[in-house]
Amino acid sequence: MRKTVVEFRNYTFKYRTQAEPTLSDINLTIYEGEKLLIAGPSGSGKSTLANSINGLVPFSYTGETEGVLQIMGHDPKELGLFGLSKLVGTVLQDTDSQFIGLTVGEDIAFALENDCVARTEMLDRVKAAAEMTNIHTHHLGHSPQALSGGQKQRVSIAGVLVDDVNILLFDEPLANLDPATGKYAMELIDRIHRETNATIIIIEHRLEDVLHCNVDRVVVMDEGRIIADTVPSELLSSNILKKAGIREPLYLTSLKYANCTIRSSDHPENINRIALEDSRQRLKEWFENTSVSSAGTESMPVLEFENINFSYQPSRQVLSNISFSVMKGEMLSIVGRNGAGKSTLSKLICGFEKPDTGRILLDGSNIENDSISTRAVKVGMVMQNPNHMISKPMIFDEVALGLVTRGHRKEQINRQVEKVLKICGLYPFRNWPVSALSYGQKKRVTIASILVLDPQMIILDEPTAGQDFRHYTEFMEFLLKLNREEGTTIIMITHDMHLILEYTTRAIVMSEGCVIANDTPAAILTNDDVIAAASLKRTSLYDLSIRAGISDSRAFVQHFIDYDRRVRE
Amino acid sequence: MPRMLSYEDKGTFINSLCGATKLLFFIIWSITGMITYDTRVLAIMLFVSLIAFRISRVEYKDISFVFKLIMVFLFINLIAIFLFSPEEGVKIYAHRTELSHIAGRYYFTAEQLFYEANVALKYFTVIPIALLFILTTNPSEFASSLNKLGVSYKICYSVAITLRYIPDMQRDYTTVSQAQQARGIDMSKQAGLLKRIKNATGILIPLFFSSMEKIDTISNALELRGFGKNKKRTWYASRDFEQRDYMVIAVLLVFAVLAFYVTFSDGSRFYDPFLMV
Repeated sequence: MRKTVVEFRNYTFKYRTQAEPTLSDINLTIYEGEKLLIAGPSGSGKSTLANSINGLVPFSYTGETEGVLQIMGHDPKELGLFGLSKLVGTVLQDTDSQFIGLTVGEDIAFALENDCVARTEMLDRVKAAAEMTNIHTHHLGHSPQALSGGQKQRVSIAGVLVDDVNILLFDEPLANLDPATGKYAMELIDRIHRETNATIIIIEHRLEDVLHCNVDRVVVMDEGRIIADTVPSELLSSNILKKAGIREPLYLTSLKYANCTIRSSDHPENINRIALEDSRQRLKEWFENTSVSSAGTESMPVLEFENINFSYQPSRQVLSNISFSVMKGEMLSIVGRNGAGKSTLSKLICGFEKPDTGRILLDGSNIENDSISTRAVKVGMVMQNPNHMISKPMIFDEVALGLVTRGHRKEQINRQVEKVLKICGLYPFRNWPVSALSYGQKKRVTIASILVLDPQMIILDEPTAGQDFRHYTEFMEFLLKLNREEGTTIIMITHDMHLILEYTTRAIVMSEGCVIANDTPAAILTNDDVIAAASLKRTSLYDLSIRAGISDSRAFVQHFIDYDRRVRE
Repeated sequence: MPRMLSYEDKGTFINSLCGATKLLFFIIWSITGMITYDTRVLAIMLFVSLIAFRISRVEYKDISFVFKLIMVFLFINLIAIFLFSPEEGVKIYAHRTELSHIAGRYYFTAEQLFYEANVALKYFTVIPIALLFILTTNPSEFASSLNKLGVSYKICYSVAITLRYIPDMQRDYTTVSQAQQARGIDMSKQAGLLKRIKNATGILIPLFFSSMEKIDTISNALELRGFGKNKKRTWYASRDFEQRDYMVIAVLLVFAVLAFYVTFSDGSRFYDPFLMV
């Protein structure tokens, strides 16, 4: 008989500020040493469920609870937030703002400090936790802000492990990581699971990436209820994912396109184990016999980089000899690991920085002497976090801001703003306060506020970060429409491999300040050298083609992309 | 925008001092500087401040913004003294050396000029030490020192976190201001001052909201890891007093006593060079 660590019985929770319960009638038992994935779209209640386990609900976010919840046999109300923190360790999603300590070591030690552990013992335990998570000892004195995304996450994990908790809770651990680092993070969590035998609960909607390592059970949530509680293989052979709006692994989508049946006994949870005996032939036929034409269009370059060199300090070259061009009406991505120079590229285009040598041409003319605001009319820049852009309380005013500062006439402003609001699907909300909108809607407001200036090109920094599959699809379809109907050229700086595959025709890969590849997504996501340099991950479609005995993997991936686009249209 | 007022360990002698030592130094130094008007003492203090600044290897560009801001206040202060009390120096030194007449009751007198020069000098003796204290003290260590002196650790920690978020806020400010500029809102020197001030307010709202978001996360992070559980806590960053700390404090105390002796030896805290002539 396995020991129960968490038990929900007919559990319901309603936030004080909300009319409807966020969690309804939850029945869930989690056993000692289990590795559990809780998946679901945004707003499904999965974070609230996690917060009920660590105590933020109801101690920090107050509300009414009904039913029974027991953590290690105790009522959370008896334990309180501090009592729970000894049993449940939480790694929050936002790796940047959860740091408390000024140095890595101090941050790891935080829980111990609050427990009045003597300083000498503290130093030893911090060192042990750092070793467990592969943090170098010489990093202990560094500022957490100076670390890469993956290292930051390891510091957060160490800060939880230092306290010998029974349950480890990961809230969207992959949200801020690039694909390669995400893969490593899942492997690290897997190792911790094996070495400590702690119960692991992972909240995530990126199913394929989590399933990179073994997971015992998946709980799927939708609209505050548990709609599935089963092993991964059962889940993947059912149609629950589609219903809940969770993206299924790409290799399974591909098998479905080829009309193969996916059975739970075939190990569909792992691309290296999935049984393909019955599917191989069908997959080949699908690849060879269905023809899809990818339409290539010739057009004029709208943006050209010619031998650009740039450095912030003379000693360190940030961009070296960058040359590429972007065609009118193109939708392309710029990829590369953090610090590869992607953001610097966009700063040069917008005019925040000036290149040391080389030329940037916009519509064939050199923009060297154009001011930031002159360029803003031609090129719009959309930041990753909409809260960094929105400066007016009302939606209409926010969108109108760019025109107002340019001194346009009132009637003209009204006309233009209304037109843009309609394009962005925000017209019904025009008199709403910005604060009433969801994250995705806010993101649209920021795009509307750029579009109102009628730029030929917009650059988006991580446009899909923090969005679930449903919002991702909605948002990307919106960009696609903009691209097709308004002819706006769209450049996206991104780590999102699905975005690259599904919505761009070309990707420019940067590494250490150089362009190392400039090719179709299919070519890039099947090239191991480029993948490693850009901290990407090989697409599972590649592995599928190899395992199915299709030698031209690149053509197979391209075929999938073309077929998939046709299906979605 | 350059980083300003953020702690950086440059491995200097001043960095190696305990936070409590620096706090004590700052307090005693400021009190001495505030009380004395003795030009000789102030001159020595200015000299020592500048040397300390040199040792710390803090660069002018790290503090240029704050320094300029303080200069503006100093200037306003000096003008205000003159406007409201043009004969203050005459009253203090009890003699009047008129240099020239400006208008109405306003005259340039040597005594007033000398008095105001002393006020300026006071500013200059304290400013470098205050800036040094902020720039060379690890905020967490500072918090642990305050805690050692008996201040509640919750207060200490809020101070430390505030200090720690200065660089973050600066980064956000840059991002937000670039986002605004990219929409054509001119923040550069091309726009007039009034317009720039008006445009700058457009940055405050996004800055406010992104800070609120951060505060929410950080308070959750604090609670989830047991902050506030006990009446006391220990400190990873705490440091014990070492020999150099005792040395610095000893030298400081001797200096303060001497400074007060020199200042008050003639019965007044003002030094009057005019009597010598």
